[in-house]
Amino acid sequence: MTDKKDSTAENSPAYTSNEMLLEVENLSVAFRQYNKGLQQMDLKVISSLNAAVKKGEILAIVGSSGSGKSLLAHAILGILPKNATVTGSIKYMGNELTTKDQERLRGQEIVLVPQSVNFLDPLMKVGKQVRTSVRNENPVEAQRRVFERYQLKQSVEGMYPFQLSGGMSRRILVSTAMVSGAKLVIADEPTPGLDPKIVDEALLHFKGLAESGCGVILITHDIETALKVADNIAVFYAGTTVEVAPVADFSGTGQDLRHPYSRALWRALPQNEFIPIEGVQPLPQNLPCGCFFQPRCERATASCAEKQPEAREIRDGMVRCIYAS
Amino acid sequence: MQTKDLISFMIKKSIRIATLLVALCLISFLLIYMSPIDPVQAYIGADMMRVGQEQRARIAEHWGLDRPPLQQFMKWAASVVKGDFGTSMIYRRPVLEVIGKRFASSLVLMGAAWLLSGLLGFILGVLAAMKEGTWVDRLVKWYCLTLASTPTFWVGLLLLIVFAVWLGWFPIGLGVPAGVLAEALTVGQYIKHLILPAITLSIIGVANVALHTRQKLLDVLSSDYVLFARARGEKGIVLFWRHGLRNIAIPAITLQFTSFSELFGGAVLAEQVFSYPGLGQTTVQAGLRGDVPLLLGIVIFSALFVFTGNLIADLIYVLVDPRIRQGGAL
Repeated sequence: MTDKKDSTAENSPAYTSNEMLLEVENLSVAFRQYNKGLQQMDLKVISSLNAAVKKGEILAIVGSSGSGKSLLAHAILGILPKNATVTGSIKYMGNELTTKDQERLRGQEIVLVPQSVNFLDPLMKVGKQVRTSVRNENPVEAQRRVFERYQLKQSVEGMYPFQLSGGMSRRILVSTAMVSGAKLVIADEPTPGLDPKIVDEALLHFKGLAESGCGVILITHDIETALKVADNIAVFYAGTTVEVAPVADFSGTGQDLRHPYSRALWRALPQNEFIPIEGVQPLPQNLPCGCFFQPRCERATASCAEKQPEAREIRDGMVRCIYAS
Repeated sequence: MQTKDLISFMIKKSIRIATLLVALCLISFLLIYMSPIDPVQAYIGADMMRVGQEQRARIAEHWGLDRPPLQQFMKWAASVVKGDFGTSMIYRRPVLEVIGKRFASSLVLMGAAWLLSGLLGFILGVLAAMKEGTWVDRLVKWYCLTLASTPTFWVGLLLLIVFAVWLGWFPIGLGVPAGVLAEALTVGQYIKHLILPAITLSIIGVANVALHTRQKLLDVLSSDYVLFARARGEKGIVLFWRHGLRNIAIPAITLQFTSFSELFGGAVLAEQVFSYPGLGQTTVQAGLRGDVPLLLGIVIFSALFVFTGNLIADLIYVLVDPRIRQGGAL
């Protein structure tokens, strides 16, 4: 993870704050695959991805399925499959994150809040599973305290995952992060398929985590969820970050947004203009040349297809578009 | 799970075994009836020249062989229901007594092989899965696939040649040394005669259990909950202990109980190779010499034996797996 290609993003004032918790720059993830017999090829699923989160801040990562959101979480934790290769830079508290650091920090300072009850051991009582996440205090006390805080009855600790309701399992999964005393919480799609009341409740939990000084990365495909709690929103498209913007920029007709894709996403929401964009996100094996969004972009010109745009700092945000202003 | 559910579970199982036994007896009876073995001739054996046609007819009449097959079956079934399985023609003893005696010596053999294959197979399977793709995994897979494609009797013969004939470590056959009085037998002698047949019988089971355990553990290791456990910093032995063992133990144990049928089938071959006087060898004898009462008795007994194994496997799931136990779905 030392291969640095450009440092445009690094030089901006926003990215050099001393409160910076995690910085991901030009991250690429490729999977070694065999196609047609023994022909080996590397399939690049994430390329030049950037994201950064400060202490006490919620960064929402928004993108449709297949844009590389979950893989970013797994890359930060170092739990990608064996056939994955990672290049680029991941810095934690200002230091380059090595494989050894990842092994030491995961579960300790960096924790994952997974997306569904399937991530709980089906044959282990949930109380015990929460207790295995506790690092620095009495596991039973810590687990009971967090259950009380999330209004889970004491009887719940003796239950198995299949006995939990959707809302309960959500609270259990967040509990595992709460009791760990972690500094960085990565929540991977924490709200799909939940009713709006439980979504709001889950978001409040993340807000609470951020207020207690944690950095939170909220990975979601639902831009509305992101808007409710996030400080910054990173928009992913085809394995790369096209824009990072403060949440306030998502307003009106999207005139403050920097990238045409973010603007299109915003305008596609039902409460806005409800205008869908033509085409689909390209698959990793046939990415277009130049800007990945260029074939679908209404403002695309010939120079867009020449090379992938560098990440640029514009108005407290980041964008990968040569025409952004 | 409630007692009521357990009772209804047991009632369902009882009905199933009852219907199974009736069908099994009928089919076995028909098969024997249509087989070319003449029970009277098999009974008389070498004395054939001295027994006249008239005497044969009288034996057949005495046994009821002159009556139609359905009547014969009903007569036999009626006495079986009363607990009388008849008398073995070969051993001239009540069938139940023969089965009980032979099964006792088979039980030691099958039990030893069962434990050995279960433990060894489980350990090998776990090792292979935890070290997936390494030489350990390849070695275990190669070993298992080779053994799984090898007939039991052939393995038995090989072991006999190497360990009994060439090396002379173990006796060549029989359950006890020849020419030794029963009172003079030692436990050591029993065990010495047991080792080779038990290894032969367990070898095939090892491959089965190891490959199943390996696959199941690989499934568990690629599950979301293990990914989450790894995200929480768990790895290696701790990860296996907390999540691996818990999730593969029930399938492994139930698989081991459902392997009773293979165990019984294997015992027939292994006992034959080693001339081990167990139920398997008795089955072969009963079949070859047309000992109908004994053969039918063994059929019923072996069906009950296999059914018991499956029943235990089902019960373990019901009683141990919380998803079934507390979900109350049977």
